[in-house]
Amino acid sequence: MAVITGGNTGKLELPENVFVSKLDELANWCRKNSLWPMPFATACCGIELMATGASKHDLARFGAEVFRFSPRQCDLMIVAGRVVMKMLPVLQRIWLQMHEPKWCISMGACASTGGVFDTYAVVQGIDRFIPVDMYVPGCPPRPEQLIQAIIDLQDKIQREGTITGREFDTAERQRRKRALVEASELLTIDASRNPVIQRELTQIAGRN
Amino acid sequence: MAEPSTHADPSRSDPVLDALAAAVGPIETSTFRGQTRVVIDAERSMESLRLLKEQGFDLLVDVSCVDYLEYKGAKHRYGLVYLLASTATNRRLTVRLFVDDPDPTVQSVVPLWGAANWLEREVWDLFGIRFTGHPDLRRLVMPEAFTAHPLRKDYPLQGRGERHNFPVLTRDDG
Repeated sequence: MAVITGGNTGKLELPENVFVSKLDELANWCRKNSLWPMPFATACCGIELMATGASKHDLARFGAEVFRFSPRQCDLMIVAGRVVMKMLPVLQRIWLQMHEPKWCISMGACASTGGVFDTYAVVQGIDRFIPVDMYVPGCPPRPEQLIQAIIDLQDKIQREGTITGREFDTAERQRRKRALVEASELLTIDASRNPVIQRELTQIAGRN
Repeated sequence: MAEPSTHADPSRSDPVLDALAAAVGPIETSTFRGQTRVVIDAERSMESLRLLKEQGFDLLVDVSCVDYLEYKGAKHRYGLVYLLASTATNRRLTVRLFVDDPDPTVQSVVPLWGAANWLEREVWDLFGIRFTGHPDLRRLVMPEAFTAHPLRKDYPLQGRGERHNFPVLTRDDG
C-alpha cells in the first residue's frame, strides 16, 4: 500500500503508481465502461442491434456487450423499433424495473418519432412517456451509428455523472429553475425611472 | 369483373350452389379467374354456411370485412367475407354477406368451424361487427380499454388521441 507523505511542506508527495481523482470521476469511469444493455427490440432496428453486438462490430470493445434479458441486470435500455399502444405499458414497466443509475437510447426513427407509422396504434416517440438520453437517427441505423451513440452516452456519463446520481434528480433541477424565476422577481423594475417604459407610456398617451 | 348472375342458369350448374339455392332461395353468384363467389342473405347466414359445410367445405380459411362507406355504387355499409375450402376436393369458395349500421350483427360460425373464434374476434375488434353466439367476443389486437373500431372508414388514421393517453414517466419515477 502506498504511503502518502506530506511533511511540513503542505504538498502531497505521491508514489508513481498513485493518482488523485474525484470519487464521481471514478464512478463514472466504471459505469461508462460497463454498460449492460437491455435490448427492447421490437422491429428491424433489433436486427441492427444484434449486428452491433455480433463479432463484426463487436460492442464488447466498448464494454457494452453483455445483453441481458432481465431488466434487473441492466442499466442501458436500447429501444429498437416502433412501440405500439399495447407495448408502451410493458416498456414503462421494464424501465421502472431497471436499477439506477440507468440510461435510455432511442434507436431509429420509429422509437424516436413514430417514423412512417403515423397511425392510431403507434406511439409517436417514446420520449413522450419515458426519459431518453440519446437518439439515433436512421431507418434502421447502421451498427456504427449505434456504437457512436453509446460512445456519446459514455461521454455524457463521464461529464455529468455523480456517484449519488444527482444528475437524475429532476426535482432538484426544477428547484434550480424556480430559483431563477424567483430571482428575476426580486429584480423588479421601477417603471417611473425607466426611460424606455416612460417613452412608451408617452407615445400611448399621445395617440389617445 | 364478371357480371353477377342469379344462379338459375342451367349452363353453369354446380351441385353445391344448386343445393344452396334449393335450400335458401335464389342466390347471387359470380366467377373471377376461376374462383367462385356467392352472396348470401345475412339473416340466413348460419343456415347457408352450415349447408356449405355439409357440402364438403370443412375448412374456414378466413373471415374478413370490408367497409364500403362512400364506396361508389355500394348498397350496404359492411361486407363480410368468408373464405371456405374443401380439404377433400381442394375446392375454394368465397361467401359474402352484407350488414348495415346501426349495430351490424351476424350469427357467429364458431359452432361450425372452431377457426372462426379468433377471426371473428378480429373483425369485431377492427370493424365492430357483432357476432351473436360467439363464446368469447373480446378484442383481439387492440388494447382492452380501446373504445373505437379503427378499420372503419370514418375513424381517423391518426386515431382520436388514444396513442397519447399514457402516464409520463420522469427520472423521479425510477
